Amino acid sequence: MIDADTGMNFSANRVAAMVRRYWYLLRSSWPRILDLIYWPTVQMLMWGFLQLYISQNAGFFAQAGGVFIGSVLLWDILFRGQLGFSISFLEEMYARNLGNIMMSPLRPTEFLLALMIMSIVRLSIGMVPVSLLAIAFFGFNLWTLGLALAAFFANLILTSWSVGIFVAGLLLRNGLGAESMAWTIMFLFLPLTCVYYPVSVLPHWLQYFAWALPPTYVFEGMRALVIDHAFRADLMLEAFMFNIVLFAAASLAFLKLLESARLHGSLLQTAE
Amino acid sequence: MDAQNTSVIAADRLVKRYKGVAAVDGISFSLAPGTVTGLLGGNGAGKTTTIAMIMGLVTPTSGTVTVLGAQMPRDRYRVLHRMNFESPYVDMPMRLTVRQNLSVFAQLYAVRDIGRRIASLAADLDLTEFLDRPTGKLSAGQKTRVSLAKSLLNKPEVLLLDEPTASLDPDTADWVRSRLEQYCKERGATVLLASHNMAEVERLCERVIIMKKGRIEDDDTPERLLARYGRETLEEVFLDVARGRRQREAAQ
Repeated sequence: MIDADTGMNFSANRVAAMVRRYWYLLRSSWPRILDLIYWPTVQMLMWGFLQLYISQNAGFFAQAGGVFIGSVLLWDILFRGQLGFSISFLEEMYARNLGNIMMSPLRPTEFLLALMIMSIVRLSIGMVPVSLLAIAFFGFNLWTLGLALAAFFANLILTSWSVGIFVAGLLLRNGLGAESMAWTIMFLFLPLTCVYYPVSVLPHWLQYFAWALPPTYVFEGMRALVIDHAFRADLMLEAFMFNIVLFAAASLAFLKLLESARLHGSLLQTAE
Repeated sequence: MDAQNTSVIAADRLVKRYKGVAAVDGISFSLAPGTVTGLLGGNGAGKTTTIAMIMGLVTPTSGTVTVLGAQMPRDRYRVLHRMNFESPYVDMPMRLTVRQNLSVFAQLYAVRDIGRRIASLAADLDLTEFLDRPTGKLSAGQKTRVSLAKSLLNKPEVLLLDEPTASLDPDTADWVRSRLEQYCKERGATVLLASHNMAEVERLCERVIIMKKGRIEDDDTPERLLARYGRETLEEVFLDVARGRRQREAAQ
């Protein structure tokens, strides 16, 4: 017997339908598009000017130009990737459309894949202009990182999806009462993944936790690239392995939470 | 052959408990192909929970429910493309136009020739002039018609309707009922209709299941129910059941 929740008989057509649904929504609302660009721009400018100020007063930062801006841009990939995923999911709850979707032939895997695609679409709308502004204002060209950028991006987006999938499960199970998790859960990663400082700054015991999180490897890798001009493929590989574990755990948690939502009747009552 | 094999929908000793409280308490029924059945009951009688279990949105605590031979919710993806539903508890995305909404759902249900299907439904349900309007800008009656169009997109063999005419004015409600009658006649669909509107049930349904406190209190044709309770209308029968008249009489 086929277990329905495993998402057998995958259909790219249904994924495309959901992507179309989110694209229609996005393009129908300019505040939604503005929101994708506004905050990353503010962040990049603030950290960029701060770095400019420090670099004029400290030898290390003069040599390590771009570390802060690089950190900000990579952090935004992680944060905005998850937010893009979660917001698309929340839109279904705000619209009271989840019942229609859960009752349709759309499989959970297809739904999640559509949300992943939308997270990249939303991220691109926000990050591409901001990365160009970073060149204009601070001469920091993220795109020159080339292959390294691809490795950083792949690892960060995988983590963001894992967190997004887990949050979607929480929302299905607990309704909009869990909405704040969608907005804040990633901030737990901010101090632990050492976005703006090296892992060695953390207390020794906390470093074990930090190294269990894939983005830590990415931010360390970015610093190695910008400061030492060395691409640490070993770090990217380790991050990828941790990401596979995290993604599998998040997917399993999502299916369990979906099962629990069916058991507790939460799919009928998705309000707070 | 047992009822589960011959019927389109079959519930067998279906129970749903939330924190020890029974929302549905051991109900059994089966619906034959091409029939329209009304599910009556007051607030909290268990109608919506029953429909949710049939749709696979809620897992029963015990008992089974099968739709077109598939046990729900375990095997739901075998049959969801042959079913559809309409309910006041869900909405269509407000910012999307009617056409966008219908085309997204048509694609989800793998409807062929989507443009033609939407045009045909829009003509049937008098929606053509609203197709390119945002769904949120429509009146309650127009939104209900859009929801109805969504529920008919895939020409479902099984149609679950949860208060399809709630909050509609009498004229629009009557109009919606006519379209439903027409669809059932043309398609031979099996329909389960939960409603508080007795006139609607009398008009559309050949069988009525009355629920109270999660249990089935009565189950028969409208004519036989009226005769058995000695009443003129289903509303009077409903009130008798809701107020426990028969139980009191039996006790005396």
